[in-house]
Amino acid sequence: MSIRLGVPRWIVMVAAVGGLFIVLPLIAMAARVDWPDFIPLITSPSSVDALLLSLRTSLLATAACLVLGVPMAIVLARVPFTGSRVVRAVVLLPLVLPPVVGGLALLALYGRRGLLGGALDVAFSTPAVVIAQTFVALPFLVLSLEGALRSAGERYEAVAATLGARPSTVLFRVTLPLVLPAIVSGSILSFARALGEFGATLTFAGSLQGVTRTLPLEIYLQRENDPDAAVALSLVLVAVAIAVVAVAHGAGEGLRPRRVSADADVRARAA
Amino acid sequence: MKARPRRFARLASAGVSAIAVVALALSGCSSPAASTPSAPRSSDGVTGTITVFAAASLTKTFTELGTRFEAAHPGAKVTFSFAGSSDLVSQLTAGAPADVFASADQANMTKAVDAKVTSGSPVDFATNVLAIAVPPGNPAHVTGFADLASPSVKTVVCAPQVPCGAATAKVEKSAGVTLTPVSQESSVTDVLGKVTSGEADAGIVYATDVKGAGSAVESVPFPEAAKTVNVYPISVVAQAPNAAGARAFVAYVTGAAGRAVLAAAGFGAP
Repeated sequence: MSIRLGVPRWIVMVAAVGGLFIVLPLIAMAARVDWPDFIPLITSPSSVDALLLSLRTSLLATAACLVLGVPMAIVLARVPFTGSRVVRAVVLLPLVLPPVVGGLALLALYGRRGLLGGALDVAFSTPAVVIAQTFVALPFLVLSLEGALRSAGERYEAVAATLGARPSTVLFRVTLPLVLPAIVSGSILSFARALGEFGATLTFAGSLQGVTRTLPLEIYLQRENDPDAAVALSLVLVAVAIAVVAVAHGAGEGLRPRRVSADADVRARAA
Repeated sequence: MKARPRRFARLASAGVSAIAVVALALSGCSSPAASTPSAPRSSDGVTGTITVFAAASLTKTFTELGTRFEAAHPGAKVTFSFAGSSDLVSQLTAGAPADVFASADQANMTKAVDAKVTSGSPVDFATNVLAIAVPPGNPAHVTGFADLASPSVKTVVCAPQVPCGAATAKVEKSAGVTLTPVSQESSVTDVLGKVTSGEADAGIVYATDVKGAGSAVESVPFPEAAKTVNVYPISVVAQAPNAAGARAFVAYVTGAAGRAVLAAAGFGAP
């Protein structure tokens, strides 16, 4: 007889309901797809343009999130300063703001009559889409990376510093490699959020085929008079999202063992 | 090991029944059309809740008409669901409980009639024409429709998939002008928003939108639009829970009181 480990059965049941809650609507949507016409529906020029634009802008937005978000997370996790709590709350704002509000805020800054006085003429252009996506996606990267940095602790960094490593060396040789899985998963979350961005883009960037009409905007428009195309495109978006998550998961898993074994190694030596 | 399949089946059935409970609870609270028989009876027999599905462009006028209708018929209560006409048609086709449907164009009313979700023949109750809206002061000095073909004028229009965009395309064709829009929005509200925020130099919206926006926009003469008139039809819904109330509300909208409110908002007579 072995000891029964594990969780109460009712937890499993509720979890199963939660899983169905997420999966059933997607299955229902897949059942609605007009399969014989699926390929023609998703390969129409406007659909292809929208998909390519979405992938391009989401990648750029993810890159922008990395450039801005990694330093933000490091500062929030490692630099104690007064008001850091307020700063953290503000950084997370785009996460809780309705996207349309985000779009209005972006307009108020970058718009022609905005605070910058139209110095940055981005309205109705692809950069406006990237700005909107970066704005809503940034908190995802900062949030997940900051958490990882905190739980990783500063032990190794302290050791490296005592051994004479300069701060930049510590950052690139110790800190970032330690949280690489979090950087990858944070980037994926940001990419996914950018891919799904709708409200801020609609408010701030406009909607023109190949320039600002991303996949979610195209789906919203197609739904007006071609629901079949809208459903087919929605499925494409779901497929892209699943592919991204799968790739990310694979990449994250690939990175993890090394860190774990390094950890175990250190622990073994410490013991 | 043996108990496993049975346990899984039990878990699955528990999950399914839990979802069914949630679904039931949700559907229970999402039927606004249920008429309230306890409401006091008025002399003409129009009582209870009347649920009106109306095009988004009718939000202001219909809200006002609803208030006036309630004043004229104590015991009646009008509730509205405002959305894009095509959304409303899909909701009606999916069985949404409503008493009246007012569409912003004939195409969507035809869809509703073809889907057999209306009762009797629809009545045209208003018309609307397109207008050119520009930000106050007309920064790009737009003088007419032809100016909007210039790439230096940032023009925003509705996408051809939505009614206002279809109307815009018609006017372009009849006027022989090809626009070069910087954006084709999914709704007329979004077009108006781009103009009121000053992002766009000009936008093609409805005359009623210009009127409703007050001093936030100006309009530019647009005689070419007169040839393309958009007609608004209204109809009682086939499965109306409150058919008597629905007929009374349709009569009210198409009557003198409705006419006055609609005209004040910039709608033309049918």
